[in-house]
Formats: sequence, structure tokens, C-alpha cells
Amino acid sequence: MNTLSRKLVREILEYRGQLFSIAAVVAVGIMTVLTMRGTYESLLLSMEEYYRDARFPQVWSQLERAPESLRRRIERLSGVAVVETRVSFAASLDVEGVEQPALGQFVSIPERGRPRLSELHLETGRYVAPGRRDEVIISQNFAIANAFVPGDTLRAIINGRERELEIVGTAISPEYSYAVPPGALYPDDERFGIVWMSRDALGPAYDMDGAFNEVLLTVAPGALEDHVIKQLDRLLDPYGGLGAYGREDQVSHQILQGELDQNRTMGTAIPAVFLLVAAFLLHLVLGRLIATQRTEIAVLKAFGYTDAEVGRHYLGFALAAVAAGSIVGIGAGIGLGRSMVRLYGDYFDFPTLRYEIGWDLVLIAAGVSLAAAGLGALGAVRRAIRLPPAEAMRPEPPASFKPGAFERLGLGSLLPASGRMILRNVERTPLRSVFSSVGVAFAVAILVIGLFMFDGVDYMMDLQFRVAQREDLALTFNHPLSRSVEHDLTHLKGVTRVEPYRIVPVRLRAGHRERENAILGIEAGTRLRRIVTAGGGTHPLPPEGLLLSAMLAEQLSVGRGDSLQVEVLEGERRTARVAVAGIVEDFMGLAVYMDLDALHALARGERSYTGAWLRVDEPSRAALNRRLKELPAVASVASPAQMLASFEERLAEGLFIGLFFILGFSGVIAIAVIYNGARIALSERGRELASLRVLGFTRREVAVLLLGEQAVTTLIGIPLGMALGYLLAVAVSAGLQTETYRIPLIVSTRTYLAAATVTLLAGVVSGGIVRRRLNRLDLIAVLKTRE
Amino acid sequence: MQRQAAPEASRDIVFRARDVSKMYQMGEVEVHALRSVSLDLYAGELLVILGASGSGKSTFLNILGGLDLPTTGSVRYRDRDLSQADEDDLTLYRRENVGFVFQFYNLIPSLTAAENVALVTDISSDPMAANEALELVGLLDRVDHFPAQLSGGEQQRVAIARAVAKRPDVLLCDEPTGALDLETGRLVLRVIDKVNREIGTTTALITHNAAIAALGDRVIRLSSGEISSEHTNEERASIEEIRW
Repeated sequence: MNTLSRKLVREILEYRGQLFSIAAVVAVGIMTVLTMRGTYESLLLSMEEYYRDARFPQVWSQLERAPESLRRRIERLSGVAVVETRVSFAASLDVEGVEQPALGQFVSIPERGRPRLSELHLETGRYVAPGRRDEVIISQNFAIANAFVPGDTLRAIINGRERELEIVGTAISPEYSYAVPPGALYPDDERFGIVWMSRDALGPAYDMDGAFNEVLLTVAPGALEDHVIKQLDRLLDPYGGLGAYGREDQVSHQILQGELDQNRTMGTAIPAVFLLVAAFLLHLVLGRLIATQRTEIAVLKAFGYTDAEVGRHYLGFALAAVAAGSIVGIGAGIGLGRSMVRLYGDYFDFPTLRYEIGWDLVLIAAGVSLAAAGLGALGAVRRAIRLPPAEAMRPEPPASFKPGAFERLGLGSLLPASGRMILRNVERTPLRSVFSSVGVAFAVAILVIGLFMFDGVDYMMDLQFRVAQREDLALTFNHPLSRSVEHDLTHLKGVTRVEPYRIVPVRLRAGHRERENAILGIEAGTRLRRIVTAGGGTHPLPPEGLLLSAMLAEQLSVGRGDSLQVEVLEGERRTARVAVAGIVEDFMGLAVYMDLDALHALARGERSYTGAWLRVDEPSRAALNRRLKELPAVASVASPAQMLASFEERLAEGLFIGLFFILGFSGVIAIAVIYNGARIALSERGRELASLRVLGFTRREVAVLLLGEQAVTTLIGIPLGMALGYLLAVAVSAGLQTETYRIPLIVSTRTYLAAATVTLLAGVVSGGIVRRRLNRLDLIAVLKTRE
Repeated sequence: MQRQAAPEASRDIVFRARDVSKMYQMGEVEVHALRSVSLDLYAGELLVILGASGSGKSTFLNILGGLDLPTTGSVRYRDRDLSQADEDDLTLYRRENVGFVFQFYNLIPSLTAAENVALVTDISSDPMAANEALELVGLLDRVDHFPAQLSGGEQQRVAIARAVAKRPDVLLCDEPTGALDLETGRLVLRVIDKVNREIGTTTALITHNAAIAALGDRVIRLSSGEISSEHTNEERASIEEIRW
């Protein structure tokens, strides 16, 4: 080790506090890259592997009923590779210990051999045996949530008949990585599960012997998916086809993709903020270091050290901080990435999900950090190199002070002398003050953006479950029922109000744009369900025409007053032009509403209902649930209160992890910025402050002078950070918008207050650390230091 | 040991400065530090440059040492034109030929005495061992001390050891005793004198202290950036005769 390196090592130890705080910022930056980006890459890899191994389909279509012979014709469509047909129905399950009926999505599997597409991955037990018509395989999460093991029995009401089924295995499938009950937004593993059953058993039960009501296929390499979908729709139309769709409309895939995109965005944006802050801090700290080493630089140069040697020496400080930060960041990032992936493992069932990280990502993360740090250090190092040695040998000219803007406005006299000193110091180094404030603002902004996500979800849930869905129970029927159902339900004990509704599957067309969707028909005067706007208000239901969700209107590129071609995908399958009577600015789903009478008129046929909302008398709830379980016509019973509870439970888990990260991240930044600012001010002004102490100033008074400057920049940084946080929230809200939901742009006062409080606390902690140093100030030694 | 001053024409000229002027900006003030200074420095001689604070003597020394460039005029070091040299040439020049001693020692506080010397020997082609240089200044027992553990005189002697360890052609000393008392100052001057006599290093020594002038082969006096007098000592005084 040469002597210059020895100097470097000793001085790194001397400046360890400051370099440590920079290393912490770098570590967090790298950690976020490896955690979020690494999670993204691992999930993507696992997903692709899983999709390939399980032969995940590319196109789906549901239909009413088609003979098995149609499969040949589907296979002959151009661009179609592999076709699988199956029978799929929803049916109530009677799960012991669960009050409400659970819903099972029954999906047929071949009794002999394996499905051509959408292979099951068995987690426990075995595949159904040929000839054993009562054997089923259930989805793994449903099994876990209800403690089912192979050998247990399950009671189901299949096409109105109660059947006892034997569970022989549990499995996962890429189609249900994320198993969302119909009409819900997130999985409810206790009350919704997938039940795979032999086609030879399920088909006859639903009068689907030799027929199918669902087709899945893959597209031949090079063929266009859209083209295949169009042909398939045409072919299935006479068989009650509900419209084919690709992976991007497949619920489980859509949600998975949304999560992945979110990881990718966050894995890029958050580390960028950290590296920016690290670069800024390095610039600040190295700049100061170089200023204090003015004469040492001159000596090195006087003895013939070259600019490159001097530059490398000072870059060494940046390198040390980045190296330390990288090591910690890589270690912590890989560790956290592993737990993150494990956490996701509970959420998405992939057969193999492991945290796999390419060394290229590690190298990129460390390299970008180094580049950011180098960039931050470069300015300061350039100043060191450019300093002519003869000039460096001379003492720095005294800092020139002049009254700043504040005082020129004549407000100076309002402040005491100490206040004026603080202000002049802030104004004397405007760039540094601005940087410090911006650094603090970053910390605040990270807090705002982190907490804003919870605000948004909170608001959304509140609106959905407390304003829009006011029913106690939502029923869906196995098949459309006539008007008399309202009467029947009203007579159930405990039911105090019944409001039936009808859902009609349709294809909406506007010019060349089209979408499969469903119209929700609501009776005029319905009280249990309201159409809610993003602002929290309710939207009236127009007596005629369609009311579209704003996102859907945008996709179809229609506005109020335009008309849509509506193709009803049931009954007579008629097509009609219907006016868009209104657009509702909501933030969930792609809803289409219509007055029930208008919908009946549109769909023709008899006036029927597909479900009902109930208001329930609380004491009779348990008995009512039991009664509903037994009703063959009822396919599912959902309780918004329960949905909300299970969502909040899920949220609480995420909340803890999220808060931990956000508080940690912003705390690291805030402390690093404020602590470094104060340390630098102390080393610059130690002499001045010691002189004041000698003149009789108390420690407290001197501390006010020193930390006042940090307080001013912090106080400026906080509102700045709130504004920055809001802007980021706008960006995130737009960036994370998916087809099914968008995060409403609501930032609560609570969030702003929390962000400000945490930052202030970080400031107080940093100030406290520096104040301890200030109290130890050696008055004599400082006064003897040569300027 | 005593040398006869040879006739000027036949003596080996190390530095040749002609009409050197220097102006620089100090904060908001413009300083005219040197006005048309012309001077030769001969091999092996000990030149004392006398002057009050602000007379331009440090500026002149910095220009000789390649730390600074004249605003106008020329300075040659043997075959090298220092006034036309670029930053890289000057760095190389200092690295190979010059040893500096400063008034405030300017040791690196984070390095020990031996390491401060090694800092320079690391980048020299034919240096002494650090310990040898420290022995020369009588500090062999202080090699592992940090600057903060050394007295002012000791620090200055480390600085001299650091300057001579590379066996420089010229030794430039800027007020080496300025911060020291008489006894310590003498100790330091004795070392400089010894290096000059024994190794034959051409030495320029700046001081505001007229008593030190008697030590040199030649004495020039600078005032307001101009040479106001030049004087050759018949015989260099011994350190013991000097008082201030």
C-alpha cells in the first residue's frame, strides 16, 4: 500500500460518520434495485417457465353449448395450434365451519390422460382415477384456507343436486394463479376455489355429455392472435359464444402482469431517487473535504503529484462509500428479494418460485451507483485538481457576506442577530441550501408517495364497500329466474329487503373498436347498490340508454350522446344500437349500467333476473346463511362486509411491510442529508462558533446558530417534498392504472402530516448527533487552527 | 568547510529569471506581487531572499518552484522554460527536481513522520529511504509519530526530510523558521545548511528575518515586488553567530 492510500484509509475512518450515511443511501438504492427489480425478474422467469410447462393457453372463449365435434373445426382455423375443450360451471359448495356458502368453479379434466392445455400441477395427492366419478382435485389455496386434505369430502350443489365429492388431490394451475371469484376484485381463498372433476362426471351433470362450454387454444408461431380470435368468434357465434379473449383479458394473468409491471416501475424509480440523493451527498461531503484539505492538496501538487493522482485519491472517498454501500445493499437486497419472492409465493402459486438474480443486474446496480457517486464527486474533485498549488497555499479569502433577499426586503430587522446569521449562511451558499432542501424534499416525497398508496386503496375500499355496495348479501343465481324470485326471497326469514338485478353478456362495438362486457341492469329506485363516482358522489341511472364507466368510454372512444352497437350474447342474440346516456367517472372495473326495464327490452325474451341484493336482519343472519346454502338456485352468496374484512386483513400484512420500507428509506435519506449538512457546517464554522463560546455564548445558543441553518433548509424542504410527493402521486396513479382499476389521486392530510413528522424526527435525531459533537468543541484548539 | 565564490560567468546557472512580473486577484483586490524581477541562481549556492510580508518573495519562490506562472517575463530552469511550460510539464518538473519547505510545515496530519516522507519518495526515481532522510534531520526516534505528536521544530524538520528525501536539485524554503523560536529555528537552519553543504543542493530560502541573511552565499532584498538590493557574503556565518 502506498502512502497516499494509507492517507485515504485513515481519513476514511475519520470521516466515517458522513461516509457511512452516504453508504447507507447507496445501500438502500441498490437494495431496492435488487429487491424490486430482482423480484420482477424472478417472477417473470418463474411465470414464463410455469406457463411453458403447464401449456398455458393463449386464447379462451366461453359459450353456451357446442358439440364436441366442433373441436375439429376449431383446430382447422388458420393460426390455431392446440385446442382443448372443457365443461366449466360455478356451483355452491357447503364447507363446514364456513357460514356462507362457498363457490366452486368446476372445471372438467380428461378422465384418462392429461389436458392438452392448462396442465394441473399436483401439490398433494393424486390425479382422478378413471371411472371414479365422485373424485375431485381442488385448488391448493382453497384447500389450505379450509384445511382440506386428500381423503376429505366436499358437498356441492351441482345443477341443483347435492353431491358428495371425494378430494383426491390438491393442485395449482396457471389459469388460477390468482383465483378471483366472479364479480370480486381479489382472491377469497376461504370462499372461492377451483374444483377439477372428470369430464365424464361433470359433463352429464350439466347436460353437457359430448359437448363443451369452454374452449382454450394456443396460437401457432407467427400467427396473429387477433385474427384467430375473430375467426373463433364467428365460428362460436351460433353456439352462444361469449366472445374470445387473449391472455391480457385473462383475470389471473392480468393481475399477475399488473403486479409485475408495478415491480418493474418501482424497481427503477425508487432506486433512481436514492442514487440521486447519494450523488448529491457525495458532492456535498467531498466538496467540503476538499475545501478543508486545500493546503494538503497544494503540498501534494508541490511535490509533483499529478492531477490524476490527486483526483484518484479524492475519488477514493466516493469509491469507499459506494463499495461499502454496495456490499451491504447487495447482501440485504438478495435477502429481502428472497423474502419478497416468498411473500409473493403466498399470493401467486407457481410450482417453482425462487429468487433468481442475474449477476448482470448486480453489476448494473453497483455500476449505476458508482457512476452516480462518481458524478457527485466529480465536481468536487475537479475543483481540487483545478486549484493552482500556489493559490491553494494561500488561505481562502474570507467568505463574502452580504444582506440577502430577505433582508433587502427590509425584513431583517424583524430577526435577532442570531436569526440574521442563520439566514445569511443559508443565503450565502444558495446552491447548497437548495440541494439540502431538495434532499429533504426527496425524503418527504418518498413518504408521501408510499403512504398515498394506502390512502388511495383506503378511499377506494371505503367508496366501494360503504357507499356503492350497501347490501348485506349479494346472490347470484345458477340460471336466470323469473320475477317470482323476488317474492320467494322476501319470505325467507331475516331478509328485510330484496332488490333483484340482471347481468347480460354483450359485445360492444364502436367503429372498429369492440369489447366483450356485461351490462348490469338495475331497477329504478334500487337502494342497495349505487353508482358511485370517483369523487364520492352518486350518479343517477338514466331511464334509457347505457351508462359507461369512464375508462370503458375511453377505450371505445365514445362520449355522451354517441351510440354503441350492442350485441346481446344470449337468448335471441340480437344486435341493436343503444345510445350512451352518460359517463360515470369511477375507478374500478369497466362497468356498463342500464335501467333494468330498458335492459329487458334490449335483451327481449322474458324478464328474468341473474341475482339479487339483500338487506338482512342481523340476528337471523346465521340461519339465513344456512338456508341459502341449501337453495339449489343460488350459485353464490357474497358479503361485502366479509370481502372488506378479508381485503383489510391482506392489506394489513402489506401495510406493515410497506411502512417498514418507506419509513426506513425516507429516514435514511433525511438523516443523511440533514446530518451531513450539519457536520459540514460544523467543520466550516467551528472556529466562528468556538469564538462565540469564548465570548460567552452558551452551548445552546451556539447550537441554535449551527442547527438553525439545517432547520431552515428542512422547513423549506418539507412543503417542497409535499408538492413533489403530490406530483409523484399523479405520476404513479397514472402509471399504475390498469384496465380494472386505477388508484384514485387522493392524498390525505394524515399522509402529509405523517411525512412531515417523520422528516422532522429524522432532523431532530441528526441534530442531536451533531450537537453532541458541538458540545465537545475544544475551544482552545479550534482557535489555534490556522485559517 | 568553505567555498570560494567563482567568477559569475564561469558558474553553472540553475535558474535564470528575466523581467518577471506577477499580478493576481485576491478576493476582490488585485495584487501586483512582482515587478520586472531579473535574477540568476547558481548551482550549489544558498540564496537568501529577504523581504517584508507582501514584498513578493513567496510569489517569486512559487514561480521558481513551478507552482505558479509569471504574468510576464521568463524563467528558465537549466534548459527548461518554466514560464512556457504547461501544467503537466510543471508537475513533472516539481516531481523530479524540487523540494519544498513551507512556513507552516504542511505535513499531512493523517500520516506519520515516516509516511509523510514516504509520500514523496513513493513518486521519486532515486530517493533516500525515509528513515535515512529522517536521520539526516535528527529525528530517527520520531518516525512513527503523527504530526500532532511532534513539536513545531520537529514538524519542520520532518518537512525538510520530506523535501530532501527525493534528492532534489533545488530546495526552496519559504520562511522555514517563521513560526519557530530562536533555538528551534537554529536547529532547522542547521539542517538546511547541512543539506546545502553536504549534498550540494541549490537552495533558496525566504525570510523576513535579516539576521538569517548572514547564512547565505548571496542575499537579495525584495520590496514591493522589486529587487531593492543584492549582496554577496564574503563568508557564510555559522549558525551559532545568528540571533533574533
